[in-house]
Amino acid sequence: MNPTPSQTVGPFYGFALPFPGGGDLATGGIVVHGYVYDGAGDPVPDALLEFWQPGPTGELRGRPGTLRRDPVNGAVLGRDGVEFTGFGRVPTDLDGHWTLRTLEPGNGYISVCVFARGLLHHLYTRIYFGQDRFLDSLPPERRQTLVPALERPGVHRFDIHLQGEKETVFLDLG
Amino acid sequence: MHQPHTQADIDREIAELRGAGGGDHPSRDYAPYRSTALRHPKQPLVALKDPEAAELAGPVFGVTDVTAFDADLTRQHLGEPLGERITVTGRVLDRDGRPVRGQLVEIWQANASGRYLHQRDDHPAPLDPNFSGVGRCLTDADGRYTFTTIKPGAYPWRNHLNAWRPAHIHFSLFGTAFAQRLVTQMYFPGDPLFPFDPIMQSVTDDQARQRLIAAYDHELSKPEWSLGYRWDIVLDGPAATWREDS
Repeated sequence: MNPTPSQTVGPFYGFALPFPGGGDLATGGIVVHGYVYDGAGDPVPDALLEFWQPGPTGELRGRPGTLRRDPVNGAVLGRDGVEFTGFGRVPTDLDGHWTLRTLEPGNGYISVCVFARGLLHHLYTRIYFGQDRFLDSLPPERRQTLVPALERPGVHRFDIHLQGEKETVFLDLG
Repeated sequence: MHQPHTQADIDREIAELRGAGGGDHPSRDYAPYRSTALRHPKQPLVALKDPEAAELAGPVFGVTDVTAFDADLTRQHLGEPLGERITVTGRVLDRDGRPVRGQLVEIWQANASGRYLHQRDDHPAPLDPNFSGVGRCLTDADGRYTFTTIKPGAYPWRNHLNAWRPAHIHFSLFGTAFAQRLVTQMYFPGDPLFPFDPIMQSVTDDQARQRLIAAYDHELSKPEWSLGYRWDIVLDGPAATWREDS
Protein backbone atom coordinates (compact mmCIF):
# COMPACT_ATOMS: atom_id res chain seq x y z
CA MET A 1 0.00 0.00 0.00
CA ASN A 2 1.18 3.53 -0.72
CA PRO A 3 2.07 5.45 2.39
CA THR A 4 0.32 8.55 3.67
CA PRO A 5 2.53 11.53 2.80
CA SER A 6 4.41 13.41 5.48
CA GLN A 7 3.63 17.05 6.28
CA THR A 8 5.53 19.50 8.44
CA VAL A 9 5.01 19.49 12.20
CA GLY A 10 4.50 23.27 11.79
CA PRO A 11 5.24 25.99 14.33
CA PHE A 12 2.42 25.29 16.79
CA TYR A 13 2.99 21.74 18.06
CA GLY A 14 4.28 23.11 21.36
CA PHE A 15 1.00 22.86 23.27
CA ALA A 16 0.45 19.28 22.13
CA LEU A 17 3.52 17.09 21.62
CA PRO A 18 6.07 18.07 24.30
CA PHE A 19 5.44 16.85 27.84
CA PRO A 20 7.10 17.47 31.20
CA GLY A 21 10.25 15.41 31.62
CA GLY A 22 10.27 14.46 27.93
CA GLY A 23 14.06 14.55 27.84
CA ASP A 24 14.62 12.92 31.22
CA LEU A 25 14.86 9.22 30.39
CA ALA A 26 16.90 8.44 33.48
CA THR A 27 18.93 10.09 36.21
CA GLY A 28 22.49 9.21 37.18
CA GLY A 29 23.57 8.52 33.63
CA ILE A 30 24.83 10.83 30.91
CA VAL A 31 23.74 14.22 29.62
CA VAL A 32 23.61 14.81 25.88
CA HIS A 33 22.85 18.32 24.70
CA GLY A 34 23.32 20.63 21.76
CA TYR A 35 21.82 23.06 19.31
CA VAL A 36 19.90 22.69 16.07
CA TYR A 37 21.10 25.06 13.33
CA ASP A 38 19.73 26.00 9.92
CA GLY A 39 21.69 26.59 6.70
CA ALA A 40 22.50 30.19 7.67
CA GLY A 41 24.00 28.97 10.95
CA ASP A 42 21.09 30.38 12.95
CA PRO A 43 19.62 28.31 15.79
CA VAL A 44 16.27 26.65 15.10
CA PRO A 45 13.92 27.49 17.97
CA ASP A 46 11.00 25.40 16.74
CA ALA A 47 12.46 21.97 16.13
CA LEU A 48 11.23 18.87 17.93
CA LEU A 49 13.67 16.04 18.57
CA GLU A 50 12.76 12.47 19.42
CA PHE A 51 15.19 9.93 20.80
CA TRP A 52 15.03 6.15 20.83
CA GLN A 53 17.60 3.84 22.39
CA PRO A 54 18.21 0.74 24.46
CA GLY A 55 19.54 0.96 28.00
CA PRO A 56 23.06 -0.15 28.94
CA THR A 57 22.24 -3.85 28.38
CA GLY A 58 21.54 -3.11 24.71
CA GLU A 59 18.16 -4.81 24.83
CA LEU A 60 15.87 -3.09 22.33
CA ARG A 61 12.52 -3.39 23.99
CA GLY A 62 10.40 -0.33 24.48
CA ARG A 63 8.27 -0.09 27.54
CA PRO A 64 5.13 1.95 28.19
CA GLY A 65 5.10 4.73 30.73
CA THR A 66 6.90 7.59 29.01
CA LEU A 67 3.71 9.66 29.24
CA ARG A 68 2.38 8.02 32.41
CA ARG A 69 -0.72 9.92 33.46
CA ASP A 70 -2.60 10.72 36.62
CA PRO A 71 -6.02 9.08 36.16
CA VAL A 72 -7.57 11.60 38.55
CA ASN A 73 -6.76 14.81 36.68
CA GLY A 74 -5.00 13.69 33.50
CA ALA A 75 -1.70 15.39 34.41
CA VAL A 76 1.52 13.86 33.12
CA LEU A 77 3.19 12.01 36.01
CA GLY A 78 6.05 10.92 33.77
CA ARG A 79 8.27 7.88 33.93
CA ASP A 80 8.19 5.85 37.14
CA GLY A 81 12.00 5.81 37.46
CA VAL A 82 12.10 2.02 37.44
CA GLU A 83 11.43 1.01 33.84
CA PHE A 84 13.66 2.47 31.13
CA THR A 85 11.21 3.33 28.34
CA GLY A 86 13.90 4.21 25.76
CA PHE A 87 11.92 7.09 24.25
CA GLY A 88 12.42 10.82 24.70
CA ARG A 89 10.97 13.95 23.12
CA VAL A 90 12.46 17.43 23.49
CA PRO A 91 11.48 20.69 21.76
CA THR A 92 14.36 23.10 21.15
CA ASP A 93 14.16 26.22 23.29
CA LEU A 94 14.27 29.78 21.93
CA ASP A 95 18.08 29.43 21.64
CA GLY A 96 17.68 26.27 19.55
CA HIS A 97 19.07 24.24 22.45
CA TRP A 98 17.99 20.81 23.72
CA THR A 99 19.03 18.55 26.58
CA LEU A 100 18.66 14.81 27.12
CA ARG A 101 19.38 12.99 30.40
CA THR A 102 19.70 9.30 29.77
CA LEU A 103 21.78 6.14 30.14
CA GLU A 104 24.56 5.06 27.82
CA PRO A 105 23.02 3.01 25.02
CA GLY A 106 24.28 -0.58 25.05
CA ASN A 107 24.30 -0.69 21.23
CA GLY A 108 26.60 2.35 20.99
CA TYR A 109 24.21 4.93 19.58
CA ILE A 110 21.05 6.94 20.23
CA SER A 111 18.61 7.23 17.32
CA VAL A 112 17.31 10.73 16.66
CA CYS A 113 14.30 11.87 14.67
CA VAL A 114 14.15 15.57 13.77
CA PHE A 115 10.93 17.50 13.12
CA ALA A 116 10.65 21.26 12.50
CA ARG A 117 8.64 24.02 10.96
CA GLY A 118 9.95 24.25 7.40
CA LEU A 119 10.85 20.56 7.35
CA LEU A 120 8.23 18.74 5.28
CA HIS A 121 9.46 15.26 6.12
CA HIS A 122 11.30 14.31 9.32
CA LEU A 123 14.97 13.33 9.31
CA TYR A 124 16.80 10.51 11.11
CA THR A 125 20.30 10.67 12.46
CA ARG A 126 22.32 8.93 15.21
CA ILE A 127 24.52 9.99 18.10
CA TYR A 128 27.45 7.53 18.31
CA PHE A 129 29.41 6.88 21.49
CA GLY A 130 32.05 4.56 20.13
CA GLN A 131 33.49 2.90 17.08
CA ASP A 132 31.12 1.49 14.54
CA ARG A 133 31.26 -0.09 11.11
CA PHE A 134 28.74 2.34 9.64
CA LEU A 135 30.74 5.29 10.99
CA ASP A 136 33.89 3.85 9.44
CA SER A 137 32.15 3.71 6.05
CA LEU A 138 31.68 7.50 6.01
CA PRO A 139 34.23 10.09 4.86
CA PRO A 140 36.02 11.47 7.95
CA GLU A 141 34.59 14.99 7.69
CA ARG A 142 31.04 13.63 7.54
CA ARG A 143 31.68 10.93 10.16
CA GLN A 144 32.38 13.52 12.83
CA THR A 145 28.87 14.98 12.48
CA LEU A 146 27.58 11.82 14.20
CA VAL A 147 30.04 11.84 17.08
CA PRO A 148 29.40 14.08 20.10
CA ALA A 149 32.18 16.06 21.78
CA LEU A 150 32.89 15.12 25.40
CA GLU A 151 32.64 18.47 27.22
CA ARG A 152 33.37 17.01 30.65
CA PRO A 153 32.86 13.58 32.17
CA GLY A 154 29.30 12.49 31.49
CA VAL A 155 28.34 15.53 29.39
CA HIS A 156 28.27 15.16 25.60
CA ARG A 157 27.67 17.96 23.10
CA PHE A 158 25.92 17.08 19.85
CA ASP A 159 24.85 19.82 17.42
CA ILE A 160 22.55 19.15 14.49
CA HIS A 161 23.09 21.16 11.29
CA LEU A 162 20.12 20.83 8.95
CA GLN A 163 22.13 22.36 6.10
CA GLY A 164 25.49 23.96 5.36
CA GLU A 165 29.18 23.14 5.61
CA LYS A 166 28.74 21.16 8.81
CA GLU A 167 25.55 19.46 7.61
CA THR A 168 24.74 16.43 9.76
CA VAL A 169 24.61 13.01 8.14
CA PHE A 170 20.95 12.05 7.83
CA LEU A 171 19.93 8.46 7.26
CA ASP A 172 17.78 6.60 4.76
CA LEU A 173 16.53 3.64 6.79
CA GLY A 174 14.74 2.05 3.83
CA MET B 1 13.02 45.43 2.29
CA HIS B 2 11.79 43.45 -0.66
CA GLN B 3 8.15 43.11 -1.57
CA PRO B 4 6.42 40.04 -0.16
CA HIS B 5 5.54 37.45 -2.75
CA THR B 6 1.94 37.36 -3.87
CA GLN B 7 -0.34 34.37 -4.20
CA ALA B 8 0.17 34.62 -7.98
CA ASP B 9 3.94 34.17 -7.51
CA ILE B 10 3.38 31.14 -5.31
CA ASP B 11 0.76 29.71 -7.69
CA ARG B 12 3.26 29.92 -10.54
CA GLU B 13 5.94 28.12 -8.53
CA ILE B 14 3.47 25.45 -7.43
CA ALA B 15 2.40 24.86 -11.05
CA GLU B 16 6.02 24.54 -12.21
CA LEU B 17 6.83 21.92 -9.60
CA ARG B 18 3.63 19.94 -10.06
CA GLY B 19 4.82 18.72 -13.45
CA ALA B 20 8.09 17.61 -11.95
CA GLY B 21 6.62 14.32 -10.75
CA GLY B 22 7.16 13.33 -7.18
CA GLY B 23 7.02 10.47 -4.79
CA ASP B 24 4.76 9.61 -1.92
CA HIS B 25 6.34 12.25 0.30
CA PRO B 26 7.07 15.92 -0.30
CA SER B 27 10.55 16.96 -1.30
CA ARG B 28 12.23 18.64 1.67
CA ASP B 29 13.40 21.28 -0.78
CA TYR B 30 10.09 22.82 -1.86
CA ALA B 31 10.58 26.52 -2.60
CA PRO B 32 6.90 27.65 -2.54
CA TYR B 33 6.96 26.83 1.21
CA ARG B 34 9.54 29.46 2.05
CA SER B 35 10.70 28.07 5.40
CA THR B 36 12.13 24.99 3.68
CA ALA B 37 14.95 27.06 2.11
CA LEU B 38 17.42 26.87 5.01
CA ARG B 39 16.02 23.79 6.70
CA HIS B 40 16.55 20.98 4.22
CA PRO B 41 19.79 19.01 3.90
CA LYS B 42 21.61 19.42 0.59
CA GLN B 43 23.59 16.21 0.91
CA PRO B 44 21.76 13.01 -0.04
CA LEU B 45 20.55 10.81 2.81
CA VAL B 46 22.99 8.01 3.57
CA ALA B 47 21.45 4.55 3.16
CA LEU B 48 21.80 2.36 6.22
CA LYS B 49 20.82 -1.29 5.82
CA ASP B 50 21.27 -3.15 9.07
CA PRO B 51 18.94 -5.90 10.26
CA GLU B 52 20.02 -5.04 13.82
CA ALA B 53 19.23 -1.32 13.45
CA ALA B 54 17.58 0.09 16.55
CA GLU B 55 15.13 1.94 14.31
CA LEU B 56 13.51 -1.38 13.36
CA ALA B 57 12.18 -1.51 16.91
CA GLY B 58 10.44 1.42 18.51
CA PRO B 59 8.89 2.99 21.55
CA VAL B 60 5.92 1.33 23.21
CA PHE B 61 2.92 3.03 24.78
CA GLY B 62 0.24 1.61 27.01
CA VAL B 63 -2.91 2.27 28.98
CA THR B 64 -0.91 4.28 31.50
CA ASP B 65 -0.02 6.82 28.78
CA VAL B 66 -3.52 7.97 27.85
CA THR B 67 -6.69 8.82 29.74
CA ALA B 68 -10.30 8.39 28.67
CA PHE B 69 -10.82 12.12 28.06
CA ASP B 70 -7.85 12.41 25.71
CA ALA B 71 -9.78 11.15 22.68
CA ASP B 72 -12.75 13.50 23.15
CA LEU B 73 -11.54 17.05 22.62
CA THR B 74 -15.04 18.41 23.31
CA ARG B 75 -15.03 17.19 26.92
CA GLN B 76 -11.73 18.47 28.24
CA HIS B 77 -13.19 21.60 29.87
CA LEU B 78 -16.19 22.49 31.99
CA GLY B 79 -18.18 23.85 29.04
CA GLU B 80 -18.76 22.88 25.43
CA PRO B 81 -16.48 24.27 22.74
CA LEU B 82 -17.91 26.36 19.90
CA GLY B 83 -17.98 24.96 16.38
CA GLU B 84 -19.08 22.01 14.32
CA ARG B 85 -18.76 18.78 16.32
CA ILE B 86 -17.15 15.98 14.32
CA THR B 87 -15.82 12.49 14.81
CA VAL B 88 -12.71 11.41 12.94
CA THR B 89 -11.89 7.74 12.72
CA GLY B 90 -9.77 5.42 10.63
CA ARG B 91 -7.20 2.65 10.69
CA VAL B 92 -3.44 2.86 10.97
CA LEU B 93 -1.82 0.28 8.69
CA ASP B 94 1.69 -0.65 7.62
CA ARG B 95 2.70 -0.88 3.98
CA ASP B 96 1.57 -4.50 3.85
CA GLY B 97 -1.89 -3.49 5.01
CA ARG B 98 -1.47 -4.97 8.46
CA PRO B 99 -3.07 -3.06 11.35
CA VAL B 100 -0.74 -1.16 13.65
CA ARG B 101 -2.10 -2.17 17.05
CA GLY B 102 -1.83 -0.50 20.44
CA GLN B 103 0.22 2.42 19.17
CA LEU B 104 -0.01 6.07 20.06
CA VAL B 105 -1.92 8.52 17.86
CA GLU B 106 -1.66 12.20 18.78
CA ILE B 107 -3.58 15.08 17.22
CA TRP B 108 -3.51 18.85 17.57
CA GLN B 109 -5.43 21.58 15.82
CA ALA B 110 -6.73 25.14 15.75
CA ASN B 111 -10.16 25.88 17.19
CA ALA B 112 -13.28 26.61 15.12
CA SER B 113 -12.09 30.20 14.58
CA GLY B 114 -8.70 29.12 13.26
CA ARG B 115 -6.68 29.95 16.39
CA TYR B 116 -4.17 27.71 18.15
CA LEU B 117 -3.72 27.66 21.91
CA HIS B 118 -0.15 28.86 21.41
CA GLN B 119 1.38 32.14 22.56
CA ARG B 120 3.05 32.74 19.22
CA ASP B 121 -0.18 32.41 17.25
CA ASP B 122 -1.16 36.08 16.91
CA HIS B 123 -4.03 35.60 14.45
CA PRO B 124 -6.73 37.97 15.78
CA ALA B 125 -9.37 35.25 16.13
CA PRO B 126 -10.86 34.31 19.50
CA LEU B 127 -9.49 31.60 21.71
CA ASP B 128 -12.12 29.22 23.04
CA PRO B 129 -11.90 28.66 26.81
CA ASN B 130 -13.55 25.28 26.29
CA PHE B 131 -11.20 23.96 23.64
CA SER B 132 -7.51 23.09 23.84
CA GLY B 133 -7.23 21.17 20.57
CA VAL B 134 -5.02 18.30 21.79
CA GLY B 135 -5.95 14.61 21.64
CA ARG B 136 -4.34 11.21 22.17
CA CYS B 137 -5.42 7.63 21.87
CA LEU B 138 -4.06 4.13 21.35
CA THR B 139 -5.07 2.18 18.25
CA ASP B 140 -7.27 -0.86 18.93
CA ALA B 141 -6.86 -4.47 17.75
CA ASP B 142 -7.87 -3.43 14.20
CA GLY B 143 -5.47 -0.50 14.21
CA ARG B 144 -8.40 1.87 14.59
CA TYR B 145 -8.33 5.30 16.20
CA THR B 146 -11.32 7.57 16.95
CA PHE B 147 -11.47 11.19 18.05
CA THR B 148 -14.38 13.48 18.79
CA THR B 149 -13.48 17.10 18.17
CA ILE B 150 -14.52 20.37 16.51
CA LYS B 151 -13.90 21.14 12.87
CA PRO B 152 -10.90 23.51 12.84
CA GLY B 153 -11.04 26.83 11.04
CA ALA B 154 -8.77 28.06 8.26
CA TYR B 155 -6.15 30.59 9.33
CA PRO B 156 -3.67 33.03 7.80
CA TRP B 157 0.13 32.65 7.85
CA ARG B 158 3.02 34.67 6.53
CA ASN B 159 4.52 32.51 3.82
CA HIS B 160 3.42 35.14 1.29
CA LEU B 161 0.87 37.93 1.05
CA ASN B 162 -2.66 36.67 1.78
CA ALA B 163 -1.53 33.11 2.58
CA TRP B 164 -4.19 30.93 4.22
CA ARG B 165 -3.98 27.35 5.43
CA PRO B 166 -6.90 25.06 4.60
CA ALA B 167 -8.55 23.57 7.68
CA HIS B 168 -6.48 20.65 8.93
CA ILE B 169 -5.80 18.42 11.91
CA HIS B 170 -2.17 17.57 12.70
CA PHE B 171 -1.49 13.87 13.29
CA SER B 172 1.50 12.17 14.92
CA LEU B 173 1.79 8.39 14.55
CA PHE B 174 4.02 5.61 15.78
CA GLY B 175 4.43 2.22 14.18
CA THR B 176 6.17 -0.79 15.67
CA ALA B 177 9.45 0.54 14.25
CA PHE B 178 10.91 3.97 14.95
CA ALA B 179 11.60 4.08 11.18
CA GLN B 180 7.82 4.14 10.59
CA ARG B 181 7.35 7.41 12.45
CA LEU B 182 4.95 9.82 10.73
CA VAL B 183 3.84 13.38 11.37
CA THR B 184 1.31 14.68 8.88
CA GLN B 185 -1.87 16.72 8.43
CA MET B 186 -5.42 15.60 7.63
CA TYR B 187 -7.52 17.85 5.40
CA PHE B 188 -11.29 18.09 4.87
CA PRO B 189 -12.87 17.22 1.52
CA GLY B 190 -13.73 19.99 -0.91
CA ASP B 191 -11.79 22.79 0.78
CA PRO B 192 -11.45 25.69 -1.69
CA LEU B 193 -8.04 26.63 -0.22
CA PHE B 194 -6.27 23.44 -1.39
CA PRO B 195 -4.75 24.85 -4.61
CA PHE B 196 -3.36 27.91 -2.85
CA ASP B 197 -1.57 26.11 -0.02
CA PRO B 198 2.12 25.34 -0.60
CA ILE B 199 2.28 22.92 2.34
CA MET B 200 -0.43 20.67 0.94
CA GLN B 201 0.81 21.18 -2.63
CA SER B 202 4.32 20.15 -1.55
CA VAL B 203 2.99 16.65 -2.20
CA THR B 204 3.29 17.05 -5.95
CA ASP B 205 1.92 13.62 -6.89
CA ASP B 206 -1.86 13.95 -7.34
CA GLN B 207 -2.74 10.53 -5.96
CA ALA B 208 -0.44 10.90 -2.98
CA ARG B 209 -1.93 14.31 -2.16
CA GLN B 210 -5.45 12.83 -2.24
CA ARG B 211 -4.37 10.49 0.56
CA LEU B 212 -4.14 13.50 2.87
CA ILE B 213 -7.87 14.23 2.52
CA ALA B 214 -10.43 12.56 4.78
CA ALA B 215 -13.72 11.29 3.35
CA TYR B 216 -17.04 12.48 4.69
CA ASP B 217 -18.87 9.31 5.76
CA HIS B 218 -22.56 9.70 6.46
CA GLU B 219 -22.63 6.33 8.21
CA LEU B 220 -20.29 7.79 10.81
CA SER B 221 -22.44 10.85 11.42
CA LYS B 222 -24.49 10.61 14.59
CA PRO B 223 -28.08 11.87 14.38
CA GLU B 224 -28.52 15.26 16.01
CA TRP B 225 -24.95 15.10 17.34
CA SER B 226 -21.94 15.06 14.99
CA LEU B 227 -20.64 14.69 11.45
CA GLY B 228 -18.31 11.80 10.65
CA TYR B 229 -15.06 11.69 8.71
CA ARG B 230 -12.97 8.66 7.83
CA TRP B 231 -9.23 8.80 7.26
CA ASP B 232 -6.99 5.74 7.02
CA ILE B 233 -3.25 6.16 7.44
CA VAL B 234 -0.51 3.99 5.95
CA LEU B 235 2.89 4.20 7.62
CA ASP B 236 5.98 4.15 5.44
CA GLY B 237 9.23 2.46 6.32
CA PRO B 238 10.19 -1.02 7.39
CA ALA B 239 7.96 -2.63 9.99
CA ALA B 240 9.58 -4.38 12.94
CA THR B 241 8.55 -7.72 11.47
CA TRP B 242 10.68 -7.01 8.41
CA ARG B 243 13.43 -9.10 9.99
CA GLU B 244 11.21 -12.18 10.23
CA ASP B 245 9.80 -11.84 6.72
CA SER B 246 13.06 -11.34 4.88
